[in-house]
Amino acid sequence: MSVATPAILAVDPKSAAPRSALTEPTWVRWILIALSLGFLAVVLLIPLVAVFTEALRQGVRAYLASFSDPDARTAIRLTLLVAGIAVPVNLVFGVMAAWAIAKFNFIGKSVLITLIDLPFAVSPVVSGLIYVLLFGLQGWLGPWLHEHDLKIIFAVPGIVLATMFVTFPFVARELIPLMQEQGSDEEQAALSLGASGWQCFWRVTLPNVKWGLLYGVILCNARAMGEFGAVSVVSGHIRGQTNTMPLHVEILYNEYNFVGAFAVASLLALLALVTLAAKSLVEIQVRRSRRSAAFAGGESA
Amino acid sequence: MRDDKITDKRSLTVPSRWAAACTVEAMKLALKQPSVLPGFGLTLGYTLLYLSLIVLLPLLALVLRTTSMTWAEFWGTVSNPRVVASYRLTFGASLVAALVNTVFGFIVAWTLVRYTFPFKKLIDAVVDLPFALPTAVSGIALTAVYAQTGWLGRWLQPLGIKSAFSPLGVMIALTFIGLPFVVRTLQPALADLDTESEEAAASLGANRWQTVRRITVPAIMPALMTGFALAFARALGEYGSVVFISGNMPMRTEITSLLIITKLEQYDTTGATAIAVVMLVASFVLLLIINTLQWWSAHRRGASA
Repeated sequence: MSVATPAILAVDPKSAAPRSALTEPTWVRWILIALSLGFLAVVLLIPLVAVFTEALRQGVRAYLASFSDPDARTAIRLTLLVAGIAVPVNLVFGVMAAWAIAKFNFIGKSVLITLIDLPFAVSPVVSGLIYVLLFGLQGWLGPWLHEHDLKIIFAVPGIVLATMFVTFPFVARELIPLMQEQGSDEEQAALSLGASGWQCFWRVTLPNVKWGLLYGVILCNARAMGEFGAVSVVSGHIRGQTNTMPLHVEILYNEYNFVGAFAVASLLALLALVTLAAKSLVEIQVRRSRRSAAFAGGESA
Repeated sequence: MRDDKITDKRSLTVPSRWAAACTVEAMKLALKQPSVLPGFGLTLGYTLLYLSLIVLLPLLALVLRTTSMTWAEFWGTVSNPRVVASYRLTFGASLVAALVNTVFGFIVAWTLVRYTFPFKKLIDAVVDLPFALPTAVSGIALTAVYAQTGWLGRWLQPLGIKSAFSPLGVMIALTFIGLPFVVRTLQPALADLDTESEEAAASLGANRWQTVRRITVPAIMPALMTGFALAFARALGEYGSVVFISGNMPMRTEITSLLIITKLEQYDTTGATAIAVVMLVASFVLLLIINTLQWWSAHRRGASA
């Protein structure tokens, strides 16, 4: 029954037969679903489950003991600090860039959009390297920084800068298409009714893009907390000082402290799961608000 | 106008006030049509300043550092046999991983868009896992799974297949991180596809396989190629998920990103920069190709609509 013959079509148009011309035979469908789920299980699910089983291999007590290690705690604190700086800074930038790009027409706009996406095209290790070339001892500003006893590379500022670089486009690239799509009619209406620029932004623009903004922030935060390559280059791996959580995972793993490594890794995996859940929720919200907007638009038309 | 704020700051020195005023004027000139909305100078100025400081200036440092090298120095570093072996592995493994992802990503996207099955929403959300999971975590997890004693490694071992600490391990890690790029690029393209041409093909007597091969696949070709290019580009620069599973043996399982780090650890900044430039040029060329593909994809979708 791979092909729906016209005869069947003629006999009973209401049966499932007409659809069968537009989908695959049942057995093909089953094979494709099995292939798809099997591939996802092997590639994605098994490694994810492995993180937690490896972490709990020697029992809950050994797992929890991993977190009483002061170095692990410093790593967690440093990761929170770095994300706590990089995410808000990129959030402000993202909003500013989206406002300029979406609300105004100017020369070189598409070039600017490409430049904003640039950090995504640069490999993590190279992203770290460019800061070493700027601020490292053999770098441009290195000697000057050394003279003034300022440390950027192999210190927290370098880690923050490298993280800012790799998470640079996240918020902007979520907001720009969203705000472009919404146009500026509502803002113009608010301004003509006497609102100030700030009122217009806070009361009109921000509520319109809040879900997109949240989405960008969630992705930005996940990357900021999980970045490894770029941070690895600039951190210097000083235990208890410049180790973020991913770097601490590496150190423990290389010392054959697998339970410790996977315990810290399990926190990062939990963060990833929370990120995915939050992302799905936001997507549902966006769809819902878009549908209600379409409904309202249809009513007024 | 809010723009005037910048020029009104008393703390600014006269030359910098001039510079600020000139910048604002230059920006107004760049504006193609006047707008009643405020904040153009402020937001664009801030965007350009932040972009220059965080992205452009550091990248410029890389370029200038390279120009200070002699050609012989540069070429000697980037054509060293150990470095060339790392290109071969990085490009080869990235290519294989991107191809595997294109095939399976197509199947995954197809089943997620066209079929219904239990837990579909959950499975759809899980596809993004490699985006969300820190690369170091995926690295140690994949190593644990594919090591000789691991859940999957122990089944491959008797077959004579060494998965971890071999080029195959590099491919596995790169497949893991590249998958969502293909699926997420294909899903909207598949969903947007109207079924009319498929119906037409079927009504003209094509069987299902012919319809898919001659109608559906050509229609989503740009998206398929974009997904492939994105997965390939991501794999080229990947570091975290690979270094644990690869074993990092020189000439055999050493990727290019790792060589940059090795050079840096030996305080060979110049050598690291030379290799980084090769990587950067490769990824920019890919970016160009991806942008062209996306333009083609959008163009085609626009033309069909």
